[in-house]
Amino acid sequence: MTRAGIIRIGVLVGAVAALEAACRAGYVNRQAVIAPSEMVRGAWRVLGTQEARGHIAETLTTVSLAFLLSVIAGFAIGVALHRLPRFRRAVDPLLASYYAVPTFVFYPVFIVLFGLNRWPLVAIGFLFAVVAVAINTLDGLDRLPPVFMRTARVLRLSPRQTLLRITVPAIAPWLFTAVKFAVAYSFIGVIAGEFVQAGSGIGFAIAFAYNSFDNLTMYGLMLLLFAFVCTLNMSLWTWEQKLYARRGGR
Amino acid sequence: MGSSSTVQASLSGVTRVYPAGGAGKPVHALGPIDLELRAGEFFSVVGPSGCGKSTLLDVMAGLAPPSSGTIAFEGKPVRGQVPDGIGVVFQEDASFPWLTAYDNAAFAARQAGLPENEVRARVEHTLSFMGLMPFAGAYPAQLSGGMRQRVCIARTLVTRPRLLLLDEPFGALDQQTRLLMGDELLALWRETGATVLLITHSLDEAALLSDRIGVMSARPGTFIDLVETGWPRERDSRIVSRPEFGELTGRIWAGLRDQSMRALAAAR
Repeated sequence: MTRAGIIRIGVLVGAVAALEAACRAGYVNRQAVIAPSEMVRGAWRVLGTQEARGHIAETLTTVSLAFLLSVIAGFAIGVALHRLPRFRRAVDPLLASYYAVPTFVFYPVFIVLFGLNRWPLVAIGFLFAVVAVAINTLDGLDRLPPVFMRTARVLRLSPRQTLLRITVPAIAPWLFTAVKFAVAYSFIGVIAGEFVQAGSGIGFAIAFAYNSFDNLTMYGLMLLLFAFVCTLNMSLWTWEQKLYARRGGR
Repeated sequence: MGSSSTVQASLSGVTRVYPAGGAGKPVHALGPIDLELRAGEFFSVVGPSGCGKSTLLDVMAGLAPPSSGTIAFEGKPVRGQVPDGIGVVFQEDASFPWLTAYDNAAFAARQAGLPENEVRARVEHTLSFMGLMPFAGAYPAQLSGGMRQRVCIARTLVTRPRLLLLDEPFGALDQQTRLLMGDELLALWRETGATVLLITHSLDEAALLSDRIGVMSARPGTFIDLVETGWPRERDSRIVSRPEFGELTGRIWAGLRDQSMRALAAAR
């Protein structure tokens, strides 16, 4: 392991140990924060209940839908904008300022449109993620060396072959970044939506536990969510690093 | 000279005019050009910067349409698509960074639908011939600029083109590497029997490698001189020390100097 890795783990372990010690010594109010070991116990207990597993499955399904739709639509939007430079110039300022818009205010509108079910959550997760995917796809296409496209013509590749065999692998690092954003934004959108107004899901279960002063369940769920998202992102990051190392940053 | 007299590719009255952009004027980049490439010859094109050398290659390859005139390859007109039998190597690094040297070299042959055992045989032969076999599993990022360019040449050669168009493929390399790459290119040319058209800005490179050299004028580029080198087919970079080599580069430069000064003045 690298020196930076050792320091990183040291900082994390130190912070958790300090919180554990502070909680056990009574420096931290149990009504506010419970000890990390208690959080682990809560997470274990939560995993043992059928109800919580249902919430987790519900959230993962909703996030997966938001993620998949945003990746597909974001990629298509990116490719389309790249092919339509005039239209792109028109929408560029909108893309640049998109994340300044509090997309979440549209959540009640989606509930009215789709009803209190999974789809308003999918819509909000999708809206959070789709533009990040489109922007990264565009960025990748902008940096695609023109000589690759000329090579495709020399080798008489069809437009579909050019897309699948040259464009997509060539911009893979940017698509990877897009996927990482899509994962993170889909989770944020869906969990936040569930937290505010939903009948099931991890966000709903956390809010329910919070309102019931059930800290063990609340922190248990939060820990599970945290562990899952971090593991997912770390796996993507590790894969990305391997990809970059092989390609020498190209 | 090792070439036969069969005409493999021809350009007749070819011009290329880029349409005016915005309030600008149309740019007459090339021509009129008349040229007959003999099957199996090594033909180089030299000319001042911006004279339309690369445009000539694009038009010959079918990558850009001529504004007027006709191009034929093996008797058939070249229109809008790169004909089967023409391979192109560009100046820029066109190796695919996500593929190993082997898979880069195999890319075009696989695209052409050759069976995998045939692809393997051709790739291994080409990589061995070019001394790249020890690096077959390496990614372009792990190779030097010269080796990456050789991978691109290998990718083109694996399809066994009958006409090889090279657009300053060694432009980004240092002088020593260029000389050695020139030797390698000559060996490949002899081995494949392909016709080669090399675009270069290096008079030495043109004089060293070619059977014939087309000297182009400043823009719009036309041929102002066609020089027969008279080199034997078996040759390598050691001919740079021959007195004829100096005479040859002297003759090319004599034709090119005025044109280069014109191009330089126009650029200022």
